[in-house]
Amino acid sequence: MIKSGFFEKRLRYLFPLPAVLFVLLLMVFPVVYTLFVSFSDWALTSGRPMKFVGLGSYLKVLREPRFIAALERTFFFTLGAVLIESVLGTGIAIILNRHFRGKNAVKFVLLLPLVATPVAIGIVWNLFYDPTIGFLNYVLNLFGLPQSGWVTASRTVLPSLMLVDIWQWTPMITLIVLAGLAGLSQEPYESARVDGASHFQILRLITLPLIMPTVLTALILRAIDALKTFDIIYAMTGGGPGYSSETINIMAFKYSFEYFDLGTASAILVFLFFLVLLFSLAVMKVRKQFEL
Amino acid sequence: MKTTIGQRIIFLVVLLLILVPTIFPFLWMLLSSFKSQVDIIAWPPKFIFEVTLRNYLKVFGEQQFLRYLMNSSIVGISAVALSLLIGLPAAYSIARFGQRKLMVLILVARLMPGISFLMPWYIIFSRLGLMDSYTALILSHMLIALPVVVWVMSAYFETLPREMEESAMIDGATQQRAFVSIILPLSTPGIVTATTLSFIFSWNNFMFSQVLSMAKTRTLPIAIYNFMSYAEVDWGGVMASAVTIMTPAIILTMIFQKYVVKGLTMGAVKG
Repeated sequence: MIKSGFFEKRLRYLFPLPAVLFVLLLMVFPVVYTLFVSFSDWALTSGRPMKFVGLGSYLKVLREPRFIAALERTFFFTLGAVLIESVLGTGIAIILNRHFRGKNAVKFVLLLPLVATPVAIGIVWNLFYDPTIGFLNYVLNLFGLPQSGWVTASRTVLPSLMLVDIWQWTPMITLIVLAGLAGLSQEPYESARVDGASHFQILRLITLPLIMPTVLTALILRAIDALKTFDIIYAMTGGGPGYSSETINIMAFKYSFEYFDLGTASAILVFLFFLVLLFSLAVMKVRKQFEL
Repeated sequence: MKTTIGQRIIFLVVLLLILVPTIFPFLWMLLSSFKSQVDIIAWPPKFIFEVTLRNYLKVFGEQQFLRYLMNSSIVGISAVALSLLIGLPAAYSIARFGQRKLMVLILVARLMPGISFLMPWYIIFSRLGLMDSYTALILSHMLIALPVVVWVMSAYFETLPREMEESAMIDGATQQRAFVSIILPLSTPGIVTATTLSFIFSWNNFMFSQVLSMAKTRTLPIAIYNFMSYAEVDWGGVMASAVTIMTPAIILTMIFQKYVVKGLTMGAVKG
């Protein structure tokens, strides 16, 4: 009895303890370690021991044109894909926000891209995009349009990858906005109808402003994930052709596990941290603003 | 509101415009998995072809593939079970004692890029001789599953009124006893959501296994990726294995659709 009393009084510490220890060991420690390595010159392949170089790796990364290009690509990919997903996803949600037969089946179809294995998705799209046997060039052909190199040409590779991201994640925004719409109070709608507002007026003056906070939160959460997109790009192009689809995440992976240049890789990762942090703070700010 | 036939037709057309592009890649994958290599590379693409089971027979005939299937199951089930074990009490504590900082700490794991853990893990697990071990892989996948469990479950526990365990505690039960015998049985919907989602995320994970596993513990996503590295891509085999890897996640989604939607959308709708 005395023993369980001891346990009960400290429940608030003892219950979360295993999870906290786990997170400290497997997340906090590695992140601190990455920070530490980022101040060093340490390439496993060189055989030399780790050497402290202060901000050396950061300066090296900032002077590296490959990094600047990857940074630009990451922004282009993230902003482009996420904006299109938000607009498209919200539009689709507003269309689907009504009672109709088979609504659950429609939702199930929308879930498919979200639960399917990304690597496998990437490879299926590679078959689609294949310049000689791919379905998409066949479609272009049908309409008399010139064929495209899709992911095999450096000019089209990034938009092609964005298209996959848009295909995969627009349903996410749709489902989130649908859930948000379902939770809206019916009151403003009733009074608007009494006042004889048109469908378009109701959409513009009531639905959109009410749903905006949800859309914004979904958009930023999606952007945090898009910044880190790995599986699709790695499986479809590996960052190629050349470096033409290399984002920061892919670059960090290559520096870590292909070149084993851990100092540089860590510095790249710290930059990525900051981007993620920035977007995470934005989420919190949006939530506070709208008191979500 | 009454809708006219014209409006219904327009709605139907719009619906098809949404659904067809969403489902088409899956259909094409399924069709291609039943095609022979000759039919897959045929130009123009064939919609009507002789159905063959050869791709599936080949994929399942390979010892390696079955092994990867086993590995994915072992890693996914263990990571989810262990995450529930440590995550449920933590989520309960967060919900009941309002430990928001703890919540943020665990959610950071969901926001951070995976490589930032992976690089140090690689070094540590190499030194400990844990490369290509189930231990390393399960630990890494727990970092995927745990935030999902804590996020979903702390929100769920908050919806349960405190009177639930308080009445049991008046009868002399300790709070931990009340948690196990009263709160947990009432939390089945939340636990189903957390389990389904975290298993799917673990099942689909590519990056951690790509680095931490080798011949012995390799999981399915790696198997599919490796298919692509041959000089001449065996598209039929790739598509058959893609169908195989997606099937469990899709079946789970079909059974627990309501829960999956809830779990995926709760982040943005309510915070």
